[in-house]
Amino acid sequence: MKLRRIAALVKKDLKVFIREPASMFLLILFPLVLTLTFGIAFGGIDTGGASEFRIGVVNMDANSTSAEWSDSFVGNLTDLNGTAVSHYYTNETGQTDLLNGGLDALIVIPEGFGNSIDSYWDSPIDGSSWENTTIELYLDSGSMIASSAIPPMIQQVLFTTFYGEQAGSMELPIEIGSPSLVYVSDLSQWDFMAPGIFAFSALFMIMTVAMSLTVERDGGLLKRMSTTPVSASEFIGAKALTYMLVGMLQVLLVFAGSFAIGYRPNTDASGIAFAFLIVVIFTLTAVGMGLITAVISKSADVASGVAFIFIMPQMFFGTFMPLGGLTETLGTIMPTNYVTHALTTLFLRGAPVGTLSIWVDLLIVAVVGVLMLAIGALLFRRQTAKQ
Amino acid sequence: MSDNAIIVENVTKRFDSVTAVDNLSLEIKWGELFGLLGPNGAGKTTLLNVLATLLEPTEGGAQVGGFDVEHDGKNVRDIIGVCPQEPAYYGHLTGRENIEIFGTFHDVPKEDLKERTDELIKKIGMEDHADRKAKEYSGGMVRRVSTVMALIHNPKVALLDEPTVAMDPVSRRAVWDFILELKEKGMAIVLTTHYMEEAEFLCDRVGIIDEGRLIAIGSPKELMEKHNAKDLEEVFIKLTGKKLKEVV
Ligand SMILES: Nc1ncnc2c1ncn2[C@@H]1O[C@H](COP(=O)(O)OP(=O)(O)O)[C@@H](O)[C@H]1O
Ligand SMILES: [Mg+2]
Repeated sequence: MKLRRIAALVKKDLKVFIREPASMFLLILFPLVLTLTFGIAFGGIDTGGASEFRIGVVNMDANSTSAEWSDSFVGNLTDLNGTAVSHYYTNETGQTDLLNGGLDALIVIPEGFGNSIDSYWDSPIDGSSWENTTIELYLDSGSMIASSAIPPMIQQVLFTTFYGEQAGSMELPIEIGSPSLVYVSDLSQWDFMAPGIFAFSALFMIMTVAMSLTVERDGGLLKRMSTTPVSASEFIGAKALTYMLVGMLQVLLVFAGSFAIGYRPNTDASGIAFAFLIVVIFTLTAVGMGLITAVISKSADVASGVAFIFIMPQMFFGTFMPLGGLTETLGTIMPTNYVTHALTTLFLRGAPVGTLSIWVDLLIVAVVGVLMLAIGALLFRRQTAKQ
Repeated sequence: MSDNAIIVENVTKRFDSVTAVDNLSLEIKWGELFGLLGPNGAGKTTLLNVLATLLEPTEGGAQVGGFDVEHDGKNVRDIIGVCPQEPAYYGHLTGRENIEIFGTFHDVPKEDLKERTDELIKKIGMEDHADRKAKEYSGGMVRRVSTVMALIHNPKVALLDEPTVAMDPVSRRAVWDFILELKEKGMAIVLTTHYMEEAEFLCDRVGIIDEGRLIAIGSPKELMEKHNAKDLEEVFIKLTGKKLKEVV
């Protein structure tokens, strides 16, 4: 093994890759377009910058004798610019909507709200005679803007309810409870699909690897190369290395594309680094399968079709397609499924990088990768061996 | 090192029912430019591929630079430069890049590679086209670049399979000059051709092959004198009863 020869081969493979429109399309443009279109179509766009805050109100004081105060409060809240108010009869239904991402905040007006205000006006100076109550406030923790903007808005509405237009800043018998931040599920379909795009993109390497190999074989380049000191392991090692680099580029592009449309994987830098690692290891499988495809294909055209034997099942049972029943069982034999599983664990469930299951996934992907590459290299060498 | 760069001993190569090379023996000296002459299907390429370690002889054996082609292929590949009959090159790379990568395959030191590439590009008259992609080249350009790809590392033994076939006279002349210069450096050169005048002009010695068998060997002059012929073409006719041009 000579590093300089391997480097020259990698450089050559990358040049050929870049100068071949078909491979650029398949491995670079296609994943990017797929990420953007699927991401937009299946809800990747972040609604965090929405112009209106959706606020749910549960009025526990609606049936009291002083219900006009809570009505007035709700009215003032509704009149405020930038709010869309909806009413709930129970705390539970409101909470459910908040959790499902239907609301940015939920306000619970307590029983005795009206009495509190009456008690204030009875004796505005004497705080000891007030009947104190607390407004409960629940906020979507995922929406930074909502959680910082809504509490002051409620404060404002409360003053207006007390004093009419000229809001003061005196002490009041009602306080706004410190907001409870609620972890809200605003997951879209895209959040479930995004982890699958990585394996999906890398999968198509099988086709480009097979096509480039058949071109080199049928063009006599492999024969010619085997009259030089270049060894088969240098040649195949360089192919693997090239596609590892292409795999890294793909991960980068998929991340960049999905970030651009607002996707935020629920992980940190270490999770993102793990994504690079597992995809790079997975490319070994793709290169191995590409070698096998080349062996059974008479020409590059045939190879592009034969590659689908490997691509299709791994695509359907291991990337972003929903699994269940039989498909789930089939998925267990697809290397892509382990890539997707690990990335789903990280990005969707927010598991830390130390989670054992993702390292088990990586191990499986690595073992399959090394095995596939070895089988592919063996078959390919046998086919191109001297007669 | 012995005087002989190449030794072929009773090599037979069969493909299923076809005997492409039939019990052929010959020796080629260092510094010698040797031509394998014969019609299409004579077995020239097959013999060259045995020497290039691409094919294993069915019977017999061969040595290149003292190394056995079957058991010491790695050492053989270190000292040979092979130009295949069908030019093999990377269409997406430029002519220059094709030459340089083969130089790297053969461990030409980085500091020499660029200079040597420039020099050879000039020698084959490809200065104006060296930075175009090879897939845009004409057949003659491809052949010229392919020849240089085989020789960029100054191999001790050059194996050139029909290097000038289908070339225009100017290109052919350039390649001839180039090959003659290499000979001056002391390398052993084997080239195959079915052009009699090429063999006559270039080669120190020729081996005439027909149906896998070596039917005559010697310098063009010797062969013509021996067979009382005015050129190699006539020698071939006298030996085989066939006209070379007919079987080509
Ligand atoms: N790989 C092969 N399989 C079967 N027959 C072959 C193969 N290579 C060459 N031959 C046959 O061997 C004979 C010699 O071919 P070749 O060496 O290419 O001749 P030349 O180079 O002199 O034209 C021909 O009959 C050819 O058909
Ligand atoms: Mg031939």
